[in-house]
This record gives sequence, C-alpha cells and structure tokens, in this order.
Amino acid sequence: MRHIVSVLVDNEFGVLSRVAGLFSGRGFNIESLCVAETIDPKVSRMTIVTTGDDQIIEQITKHLNKLINVIKVSDLTAEDHIERELAMIKVNVGEKDRAEILSIIDIFRAKVVDVSPKTYTIEMTGDGEKVNAIIELLKPFGIKEIARTGKIALARSQKTK
Amino acid sequence: MKLTGAQIFVECLLKEGIDTIFGYPGGAVLPIYDALYNAPLRHILVRHEQGAVHMADGYARATGRPGVVLVTSGPGATNTVTGIATAYMDSIPVVVFTGQVPTALIGNDAFQEADIVGITRPCTKHNYLVKDVKDIAKVIKEAFHIALTGRPGPVLVDLPKDILNAQTEFKYPEKVDLRSYQPTYEGHPGQVKRALDTILASKRPVIYAGGGVLLSGASNELKSFAEKLGIPVTLTLMGLGSFPGTHPLFLGMLGMHGTYTANMSVTNTDCLIAIGSRFDDRVTGKVDEFAPYAKIIHIDIDPTSISKNVRVDVPIVGDVKFVLKEILKGLTESKRKKDTLSEWHEQVKKWKDTHKLSYKQNDKIKPQYVIEKIYELTKGDAIITTEVGQNQMWAAQFYLYDSPRQFLTSGGLGTMGYGFPAAIGAQVAFPHKTVIDIAGDGSIQMNIQELATAVQYKLPVKVAILNNRFLGMVRQWQEFFYEKRYSYTCMDAAPDFVKLAEAYGAVGLRAEKPEEVVPVIKEALKVNKPVLMDFRVDREEDVYPMVPAGQPLNKMLLV
Repeated sequence: MRHIVSVLVDNEFGVLSRVAGLFSGRGFNIESLCVAETIDPKVSRMTIVTTGDDQIIEQITKHLNKLINVIKVSDLTAEDHIERELAMIKVNVGEKDRAEILSIIDIFRAKVVDVSPKTYTIEMTGDGEKVNAIIELLKPFGIKEIARTGKIALARSQKTK
Repeated sequence: MKLTGAQIFVECLLKEGIDTIFGYPGGAVLPIYDALYNAPLRHILVRHEQGAVHMADGYARATGRPGVVLVTSGPGATNTVTGIATAYMDSIPVVVFTGQVPTALIGNDAFQEADIVGITRPCTKHNYLVKDVKDIAKVIKEAFHIALTGRPGPVLVDLPKDILNAQTEFKYPEKVDLRSYQPTYEGHPGQVKRALDTILASKRPVIYAGGGVLLSGASNELKSFAEKLGIPVTLTLMGLGSFPGTHPLFLGMLGMHGTYTANMSVTNTDCLIAIGSRFDDRVTGKVDEFAPYAKIIHIDIDPTSISKNVRVDVPIVGDVKFVLKEILKGLTESKRKKDTLSEWHEQVKKWKDTHKLSYKQNDKIKPQYVIEKIYELTKGDAIITTEVGQNQMWAAQFYLYDSPRQFLTSGGLGTMGYGFPAAIGAQVAFPHKTVIDIAGDGSIQMNIQELATAVQYKLPVKVAILNNRFLGMVRQWQEFFYEKRYSYTCMDAAPDFVKLAEAYGAVGLRAEKPEEVVPVIKEALKVNKPVLMDFRVDREEDVYPMVPAGQPLNKMLLV
C-alpha cells in the first residue's frame, strides 16, 4: 500500500543523503521525495511517498526515527490529510486547438504561465490523480515537456467548535 | 586562552576520560600528532588502520568504555571501514577521528582525499564533518554521547587540516542537547506486566539472550531472573558470557552451530523471552519454523530490531537492565510454584544428557581438544577473542564463559582478521590478564602485521592457530553442499608460523601430535611475550551440530 511519510529533519548538509541511503540500503522504495525548509530555518520537511505492507512501513518509520538528524516522523496516510502535487506541462497549441485547451485548463482550474507562438506552459496543482487526468487530456495535442514535483502533504487541523 | 583545533581535540579526549588511543599518523593529522607529543594520553601505534579500529573495538568490548581511533585522511580513513562496519554490526562504541584535506580543497580530488563521511554513512551510527573550529568541542561531546548511549555504535568525526590549525576559545559543553536523539530506556509498564503474565502462564519457557545484555551491563539481573523462575537460558554468539557458561540452567549457544539442547528447547518452547538479541538469520534458521509454539517476548533498546525478522507478541522497547529490574520487582509478588517447570526441566535434561557437544579423537590433533585444554589450563578465566569461521565456532562451543566481556568475536559482520588486533586492544586494557586469540591459519594472516605492534608495546597476547591449511568453514560448506569440490579453499603455502613469530621478535611454538598440545599451551602461558602457537590440526574436521542454511533449527546435522 502507498504511504505518505512526512519527516521533519535538521536542515543540514548530508541529511538527504542519510535518508536516501537508508531507503536504498534496506531495499525500501521511494516513489517521490520533496524537501524544503520549514518556517524554522534549522528544520526541513521531507515528504516521502513509499509503498510496502504494514510491516515494511513500520520498519521505515522506525529506521527514520533512528537517524540522529530526524526530529519527527508521521505517517499521514493513517490520518486525515491534504496532499498536493504541482506539474508544469508544456503543450503544443495549433491554431484550432487554443479554445479547447483553454477550456480544459479552465475545468481543472489550472493556469497558463508561459505562452509562445506554438506552445502553452500550464501550471497545474492538485492531488496526483487530477494531475494525471489533465495530462491524459492534453496528450492528444502533443506534450513537449513535463516537470512534476512529488507529493507534499500536511495533516488536517483538528476541527473544533 | 585560545587553543588550536588540534589542542582542543586533545583537551576534549581528556575531558571524556580517555587514556588510550589507537592510531596511525599522516599528513592531514600532523597538527593532532604534534599536540599529542606532550599530552598525557597513551597512543598505540598500529601497523594498519584496520588493526587500529579492531583494537579500539576489542578495548571497548573488554572494558565497556569507548575505543578511540585516530588516522589520517584518504587511505588512512578508507582502511578503517571494515573495522567500523564490524563495530556497527555488533553495536560497539568506537569513536574514529579521521584527518581530512583542508576545507578549501574538499571536493578537489586533493592528495589523500576521500569522502569518508559519505563512505561510512551506512556503517556508522552517526558521523560528522567539522567545518568550523568552533564546532570541534561540541561535535566531540556529541560523538561520545551518541556512541555510548541507546544502542551503542561507532561514530566517525572527520577533521579538515585547516580546522585543526585554526584557533578559538576552548569550552567543553556541559551536556549534550540533541532534540532528535532521545533513546528510550524505560520499558512501558503495561508491556512489562503483560510480559510477566505471559512468562508466569508458560510451561516451557526459554530465555534467549544476546549481546544487548552485555552492552547494558545486565548480567546480574539476567541471572537473578533466570534463577528465580528456573528458566533455562540459551545465548547467541554475541551474548556468550552474559550468563555463566557453567550454570546448570545454561543450554549452550543456539543457532546454526548451536547445541542440540538449545535448538530443541527453542523449537519446543511455549514462551521465548528474547533479551537484547535480534533474531539474526544464523540464530533462527528458517524463520517460519522458528519457535513455532511460542509466545515471543522481545526486550530491546532498538525499536527497529523488534518485529524485523520474527513477529513478536509482547514487544518491550527499553534498556535490558532497566526492564529486567522492573520484571524482577514484579516477581516478588507472584506466587508461582517452583515445581511447575519440573517436566520441562526433565525434558531439557534428557536432551542435554543424550546430546553433549563432542568429537571423535584419533591420532591427530583435534581443534576442539586444543580449546578444551586452553579452557582447563586458563581455568576458564582468560579473555578469548576469535577470528571467523570454524575457529570461532569451536571457541564458542568448547570454552565456557562465566563472565561478561570475556569473549570477543565479530558476530554480525563476521570479519576475518578481527581477533588478533581485538586481543591486543583487550590486552592494552588489561595488561595482567591472559588474552588469547583463537585463530585459523587463514584469518591470522589477515592482520598478522599487528604482531609488530604487540612486540613494540610488550603486550603478551597469545594466538592459538588451529592450522588446517584450509579456509576451514568454507571448505566444510563445500564438503556438505558442493560435493567436496574444494574450490580455492586450500592454503598450501602457509608461512612457517614459528619462524614468522621469531622474525617479529615474538615467540613461536608448534604442536604436531596430540600429546604436544598441553606442553605448548603451558609454555605459551608461561612466557611474558606475544606467542604464536601453531597447532597442526586434523585438516578436515567439521563443526557440529550444523543447521544447514534455510533449514529449521531442529533439523541438525550431528556428529
């Protein structure tokens, strides 16, 4: 099963390598990995998407916790959370296709962020399935390039009255 | 007053109470070697950096204090890797300091540059590259803290030359503040109670203890626990000495070359109490059929060890000593009758009586006989180290270890060439004790150069070479599983170990017939010098019992 593991780590050189080395050394999968500084510049958040049965996920979280530079590990899959992914898609636009492409962009609430005579570059944010869906719809027009981030995610706040 | 990085390094070691380091100088660490020139620290100059790490490791295992290594950059650093990996697999607190090229040259393929922090990331508990002289004291403090606490392990600190020459105010931090590293020592009380209930309800309990008992210093607690409830104890290779080898409740070692009694007991137990042990594949055999009738309780300070290989019914994350104390407290109130286990004890005794460890004596020297005689003549009181292979297994089977930290062996990584430098490290710690490396003719040649170190520092380490001119354990596997096709396991061109010892300024002795064994051992124990004993043993002797890899523990090949 797929799990989103959110990891707070010391924002130091070498930490990414420790985490990546742990996954490769023990034969765990990484589907995607995103890292960036948090509000505290000494801390970074890594969002790791991985797959495995319960026993493997348990080992992954335990091993992550064991790394000296890891501050906190949470498996977001187990709780209510929001996940997002960003893709930039450079698609061919022929004369006749403009209107159709723009309507797809509109439906998905995506944005055109760069325009050339023959291409649009589209910014699309959403969960992974939505990003996949727009890519499928744009494919017939000819996608020249794609850049995709991995997933980032946060747990939802407690909804109290 | 301002000090240089190198002077700070020395001050930090003194603050940590370090009195001995094992090292080898070179360009990048010259500033430290200069600072050591007048320092009140003992430096043992080794002959190869791998030897330095094994010595520090042997020192740490024998004393419980951290072993310290100092080497130069590049090849000096890379030569430590096997030693570090050995310490890592067996959770031994060793702190390795490596010189590094000046920070401005890092990444430039400079002379004697190696990315040792990158290389050792997977085989250290943690490692550091120090980039500012102001950080040296803090990093060294953290390094020792991390090496010694929680599940211990090796830590490496890489020190660029310009940092060692730079100056700053020296202040040693009072305490360590690592928000991301807080090992759990106290077991969860609810789990401790569940464990106790499970144990008291069982009819055929077995304790399966490992190296964690030694690391935690919990031998006394283990003994009281076993004795109070009359529970038989089996030990892993790493655990030998944590429970007395001569104790009536002792079943012997378990696993691939474990005793019949230990393996049968574990297979038939209804309650397996794993204490500071990690269900290694050499212990479990076929995992699915390991302890099939048992509720399993597992006490370990490292949560990743729990439920890694084998499902556990009652996991307890915590320090073994602490948790055993809690269990013992709980026992004072329990009303279990002593004779509830009498049937189980009878069964165990039957296994013990019918299947003792044995071998068939002929007109050749049997390696097991050599170890039995070493045991008798040292009155069971020597520190024994081993190399890896048949010598290691016989040393585990035929010498009975009554005290913790008496048996030093590379259990996890299985490093040939470990035993001799480890023996030197132990001898440095205990100059007046008898320290003997049980070796094979293959293993001893992997770090034989350290004989010069032993001679230089007048360390009277003894080496018993069980010389069969084979890589014996590999040959045994070829005999059993590859139709005796002895592919490149025969070492016909062994050196004359007696002459070799003499060339180094040590003593060489040889035994070729069984009746020469005792006089040779007696002579070696009498000499206050390093001694190589060359025992020409029966060449194709095998280690029994043996559980073939991937088989369940009760499927043993017997003598």
